[in-house]
Amino acid sequence: MRRPRHMTGIVLAALSALWSGTACAEISASRQAELMHLLVQDCGSCHGLTRKGGLGPALTKEALDGKAPVMLREVILHGRPGTPMPPWKSFMSAQEADWLVQVLIEGRTDAH
Amino acid sequence: MRIKTLLLLSLVLLVSACATPRGTGDLGIIIERAAGSVQVVETTTRTRLTRIAGLGDLSHASLVYSRDARHAYVFGRDGGLTRIDLLRGRIDKRIVQAGNAIGGAISQDGRLIAVSNYEPGGVKIFTADTLELLADIPAGSGDSKRRSKVVGLVDAPGDRFVFSLYDAGEIWIADTRNPRQPQVRKFTNIGKLPYDGTVTPDGRYYIAGLFGEDGLALLDLWQPDKGVRRVLEGYGRGQEPLPVFKMPHMDYWAQAGGNAYVPAVGRSEVLVIDQQDWKEAGRVAVAGQPVFVVARPDGRQVWVNFAPPHNDTIQVIDTLSLAVIRTLKPGKAVLHMEFTPRGEQVWMSVRDENRVDVYDTGTFERVASLPADKPSGIFFTSRAHRIAQ
Repeated sequence: MRRPRHMTGIVLAALSALWSGTACAEISASRQAELMHLLVQDCGSCHGLTRKGGLGPALTKEALDGKAPVMLREVILHGRPGTPMPPWKSFMSAQEADWLVQVLIEGRTDAH
Repeated sequence: MRIKTLLLLSLVLLVSACATPRGTGDLGIIIERAAGSVQVVETTTRTRLTRIAGLGDLSHASLVYSRDARHAYVFGRDGGLTRIDLLRGRIDKRIVQAGNAIGGAISQDGRLIAVSNYEPGGVKIFTADTLELLADIPAGSGDSKRRSKVVGLVDAPGDRFVFSLYDAGEIWIADTRNPRQPQVRKFTNIGKLPYDGTVTPDGRYYIAGLFGEDGLALLDLWQPDKGVRRVLEGYGRGQEPLPVFKMPHMDYWAQAGGNAYVPAVGRSEVLVIDQQDWKEAGRVAVAGQPVFVVARPDGRQVWVNFAPPHNDTIQVIDTLSLAVIRTLKPGKAVLHMEFTPRGEQVWMSVRDENRVDVYDTGTFERVASLPADKPSGIFFTSRAHRIAQ
């Protein structure tokens, strides 16, 4: 049995798994499907159906690499003044925005 | 024996059906944005003729027609430029000319195709027959190395293409009399964040809608020396704009009775402009943020669709009274509308219902419905002979 070299890494990974697990657990499958639909179709209007960007920036896994999830959630919920990015808070809860951020960061294209 | 005869007969019928000459004046194309396919449809009997796949990412796709109205040039989000043969129902040629594209135009003589790109920002000019690249116009502004996204590209009389630079706030006219070396004239400081542009049906005035401020930028292409001027400046009257959940579009110029109809940005209004003096002639309160504001070809009605969360609604404005005379709820996510050539019917894509519905514009009754996979833009061949189709 090998000892893990970086305990922090493990803890972080575990925490993040737990976090995304919780987020998933509390959003029903049908709501997840709705959010994915919104992501593809409505976010896709500006960011592209394949997230490669349009009038808005690319939202691919690579493009979001290193961006803080909290910042991304805030942008989704409250928009970016001075740009066409509107606040989506009337369409989703903070928890649902967190879930979308996770989907984007992981580059997932299906709900599960 | 009888089966053989029957088979032979059906074969003959099939061959003769294919060989029967037909016009293209009642044909059109429906974009299926997520599937990367298009349908070729016929508006006389409201039927689908064929479905063509393999066009890439068609979010925000648009197209223009060749002057013989037989071919369509489809501009895809992924930079794809695809020429379709409507009669043969197939792709003639397809190239990927940029990383991220937004639209295109065809020259007055039908020999050039121009494509506006987001990435890398600029306009590329191609031959219409072979899609050979003739010129590349990078949309760099001043000394800045940063290239602008290009929007609102249209053709104008006199071998010209006109377009707007989203990031830089400029309007450029490219003279393509020598298509390998276009002469570009630039108008700077036209306003903040032009999001789209179009030209009046006579090809005289180019108008860019502005996202970054209340107003529109107007350029008289008959007298470009007079420069760009701002119209309807400050139409928001200082009020805080509402969030815009989908960018409005300026498709074909909507005009009726000397007035033009354009979407307001950040408010639930359609702005009415007197085209004599380009001053506000009125405004119509509507259900939400307008996306497309389109006039029935006779100008008697203006139809409007909306950004989320009101994208299940269509409203019809009477152009004599400037009143909303009808509110329709065709279904979830109505993305685009296209009138039949003389306007007795309107087709609309209802994306989330996977349908294209056809309405009678006199009775407002739905007269037909066609299945389509997440349909978006609808384009009929009657566009082929318009200036700035």
